[in-house]
Amino acid sequence: MNAVVTIAGREIREGVRNRWVLATTLVLAALALTLAFLGSTPAGTVKASALAVTVVSLSSLSIFLLPLIALILTFDGIAGEAERGTLLLLLSYPVARWQIVLGKFLGHTAILAFATLVGYGATGLVVGLTQESGAGGWAPYLAMVGSSILLGAAFAAVGTLVSAVARERAVAGGLGIGLWLFFVIVFDMALLGILAADTNQTIGSATVPWLLMLNPADIYRFFNLASFGDVSTFAGLAGLSESVRIAPPAMLGALVVWIVAPLGLAALAFQRRSL
Amino acid sequence: MTEAPVRLEKIAKRYGAVTALEDVDLTIEPGEFMALAGHNGAGKTTLFKIILGLVRPSSGTVSVFGAPPHSKRAVGLRSAIGFLPENVTFAGNLTGIELLRYYARLKRVPLGQCTDLLEQVGLGDAGRRRVKTYSKGMRQRLGLAQMLLGEPKLLVLDEPTSGLDPDARRQFRSLIEERRQAGATILLSSHALVDFEEAADRITFLREGRMVACGTIDELRRASALPVRIRVKAGPDAHAALAKAVGDMAEVRPVNGQSVELFCAPDKHVAILRRVGALEAVDTVEVRPPHLEDIYAHYRGPDHGDGARDGAGDIESDGRTRP
Repeated sequence: MNAVVTIAGREIREGVRNRWVLATTLVLAALALTLAFLGSTPAGTVKASALAVTVVSLSSLSIFLLPLIALILTFDGIAGEAERGTLLLLLSYPVARWQIVLGKFLGHTAILAFATLVGYGATGLVVGLTQESGAGGWAPYLAMVGSSILLGAAFAAVGTLVSAVARERAVAGGLGIGLWLFFVIVFDMALLGILAADTNQTIGSATVPWLLMLNPADIYRFFNLASFGDVSTFAGLAGLSESVRIAPPAMLGALVVWIVAPLGLAALAFQRRSL
Repeated sequence: MTEAPVRLEKIAKRYGAVTALEDVDLTIEPGEFMALAGHNGAGKTTLFKIILGLVRPSSGTVSVFGAPPHSKRAVGLRSAIGFLPENVTFAGNLTGIELLRYYARLKRVPLGQCTDLLEQVGLGDAGRRRVKTYSKGMRQRLGLAQMLLGEPKLLVLDEPTSGLDPDARRQFRSLIEERRQAGATILLSSHALVDFEEAADRITFLREGRMVACGTIDELRRASALPVRIRVKAGPDAHAALAKAVGDMAEVRPVNGQSVELFCAPDKHVAILRRVGALEAVDTVEVRPPHLEDIYAHYRGPDHGDGARDGAGDIESDGRTRP
């Protein structure tokens, strides 16, 4: 376990040194603040709290941004070391391969978590303290911050898997971008297309939420927009009938599966990989 | 603890249709310095990877300090191994000392060693600079420093001196020699054979994945049956007398007006020297036994003979005898 901490620590230190941590935190904070203030104007008219409005706009943005940052941060982790020859060296140390996978993942996830917590946390504080906001606004916002970290971790796990299987750094980068496109853009469009073509014949409306569980980005969206009454009103999802709901803890569980499964696969693939 | 640090039995490694290694039997004794030679693609790096447990052999058994290197038990045993890969490129924004401390933590070695080690490899001042600003030579020195962490009992070095200036090479050799004095076992591959000709206890030649020879430098010299070259400085009028004196014991080849070269079997050269020395016209005599480079050129075969030194190329037909 010591080796895992050492490897994670090195990734974090490298992230601080090359200003990844700073840049990510600033980008997230700047975008969150902008959205919070731009989006707070119409809040009064729909009687939604300022924080609830921010949850809707910010989670929509996070869906694009966090997976991208997570994939860019992680794709190089193992593939890059393989290309520079340091992976061979690392493997000659008393370190098990799964420890390398886990260490890299934890280091990158810590960077993401820090940036999300500080960037979104600062925004939450500013909005919550300056604008009229009921105490009820905090729960969805905190849930959003927490699930954002899980979303980042899920894509960090996917990125680590890519990095562990790809033969070259460039291939890992390409795969990462491809996966981002797939999960963030293509998946929803494809699903929409299939549902439109199907016209409720074979895929019932009760099945759709479960199909969304196949995509961590959709789980995140669903969790944040439909879990809290206040937010779902504003997000226009209040009409969603009870029957198609999935309990929020179950959705969080699904996100955790999206972290554990790719990571397990990465460890397995890396173990079998011959160098 | 007389367990051989490295024991390979009937090792073969195939990548699809390509055979990287075939029928390799090699045992390295504690404290031994084994040099590995062979052209690029002869299987040296694959052999190292097998020893380090990074690659499993297709057949045969490996044991390093008594355990198969890819077993769970071997993960712990790796603390006793220092490895310097070929072309290692340390990159990133960490400083030299930070990176070395990172490796020390992984090897569970006291961090205090790091400063001393950097000093030893000549990176004392550069230790506070970021690794990405390092030159190739400095990266290689850093690689050497990490290899020496924890005073490993087995050192594995893949082309350690390639791309280093003569000064750094000498420093390199003396550091390795120091470890050897301390009882470490050393396995090293190098193109710069001259660097290790005297230090190595035994030398193994690999050719297309097979061991073509293995032994001490004397054994290899004998087995290769390469001629001893004797250069005699004498005026042109003495050449006929020289040829007559050595008779059929040596091949006589004039170099220029002033010198003649005699090529003879290793066991004949003393007899020839006696006769040559008796001639009045002889000015100086210089004896050169086959260098490791010549033996290497001999074993790697005629298809790679472009780099062969003079005196070796013409004996190629002699065949490849194993000791």
